[in-house]
Amino acid sequence: MSTAIDLAEVSLRQLNQVLHDADSGGFDVLNPRGAHAVACGITTDLTVEVAGSVGYYCAGMHQAGTVVVNGNSGPGLAENIMSGTVRTTGNASMSAAATGCGGLVVIDGDAGARCGISMKGVDIVVGGSIGHMGAFMAQAGNLVVLGDAGADLGDSIYEAILYVRGEVESLGSDCVEKEMRPENLAAVGHLLEAADMTASPADFRRYGSERRLYSFHVDDIDTELAEGPGGTR
Amino acid sequence: MCGIVGLFLKTPTHRGELGRLTADMIHEVRDRGRDSAGVATFGSGNDATTRITVLADGPRPDWDETATALEEVLSAEVLVRPLHDHAVFETTGDGRAARRWLIDNMVDIEVLSYGSQIELYKSVGDPDLLATRYGLAARTGTHAVAHTRMATESAVTANGSHPFSTGSDTCLVHNGSLSNHNQLRLRLEQQGESFQTLNDSEVAAGYVSWRLGSGDSLAQALQRALTDLDGFYTLAIGTVDGFAILRDPISCKPAVVAETDDWVAMSSEYRAIARLPGVVDAEVWEPEPARVYTWSLAA
Repeated sequence: MSTAIDLAEVSLRQLNQVLHDADSGGFDVLNPRGAHAVACGITTDLTVEVAGSVGYYCAGMHQAGTVVVNGNSGPGLAENIMSGTVRTTGNASMSAAATGCGGLVVIDGDAGARCGISMKGVDIVVGGSIGHMGAFMAQAGNLVVLGDAGADLGDSIYEAILYVRGEVESLGSDCVEKEMRPENLAAVGHLLEAADMTASPADFRRYGSERRLYSFHVDDIDTELAEGPGGTR
Repeated sequence: MCGIVGLFLKTPTHRGELGRLTADMIHEVRDRGRDSAGVATFGSGNDATTRITVLADGPRPDWDETATALEEVLSAEVLVRPLHDHAVFETTGDGRAARRWLIDNMVDIEVLSYGSQIELYKSVGDPDLLATRYGLAARTGTHAVAHTRMATESAVTANGSHPFSTGSDTCLVHNGSLSNHNQLRLRLEQQGESFQTLNDSEVAAGYVSWRLGSGDSLAQALQRALTDLDGFYTLAIGTVDGFAILRDPISCKPAVVAETDDWVAMSSEYRAIARLPGVVDAEVWEPEPARVYTWSLAA
């Protein structure tokens, strides 16, 4: 049994306070009408369903539970997500899952520019295509794209791993295609399952850092020595 | 920041409500810019008459005397309709010549627009105030372009508000900042364009008017703008029978479009579109970087 909260009746602040005060349960958010910061900062195991499209920063700083937007999401969906799951059934605007440190962000439609910018451990699965400069300066985590990727994918990337099934318009600086190893196939399979999407992992290509733009920490010296600069890890 | 809205009514269904729908859209993006606001509406005029909308930000001249002086210059009848600090002159005379004369001879006023279909109002302060003060909700027409400004580039004044219009029945709103506007302004002045502010966006408006005046279609003008404008921009443009959107190749500045059989709506944010009639059935998408989008009533 879910509790309905109508944004035509209550303020955004009231909605988010109710969600922050709850320890568990399901909530249906009605009439979002493009509002900003819907269901931000959830720290308990809630299930929040949003009936319609949202504006900026929906489910920002998400930590636990699940937020599903049944519609499109504006810029900064699940920005800085730490853990838990955020899904939008439509498209997401620019900077989806930006700086995300963990958890899973699923976009059933397309994502705009700079999807996964500076991602730091989040897993992102996009059913459609992503815009330009996806995974810009991405540091850790996985980005799985079932469609195409726009220009300059993975520009200045660190150690995140990018999987794209369709065409990549162009790769950004220091981003290269890498071999799909058995563990990569397994990882894609696992992420597709988690995102409830169907595709063959063998159809994806892997992209990652050539490691020529940044200096390694001394802890990585073994990799450097074993594989040389631009190792294939 | 800054907020943009554009509403282009493809069919007559909602043309009686153009002003009210536009006012509602402006209300939703007022948080994006509370320094000043402006709105241009198109489509309530007749082709034989030119309307020149002017603003007197400081001392107001005697409008009737100004109309009489203008009659002599144009050798045509001029009617005047004052509205707070704005006035609308109506004449069968040459609109471009009227604009030129007013700019050169009336130091206290700014010419906001001229053309057979455009009317343009702008003021500092709360964008909602603009809508009520100039009776936006009661206006009818085919399309409207509006802007809420958070000033970053030049002074917070009424004449520094968008939309900017330098050519007949053409106006532009801009979210972003241009980096080559000074050089471009000089180039355009050499081509005979004239400017009334130091604002970067007025230069973009002048650029589009110059290209349209040189024979480009709206789509051609904007395609060329991708080469000639340097900086960040999401632009919305209204012409006598057209509407267009252009974003720079990086597209940092937001834009969302919704389209139904009856209308096309564009805004910085979806919340400005979320209450339009029939929005549940609209196709909603983001304009791609460096791609020209145009709509025309003529088509």
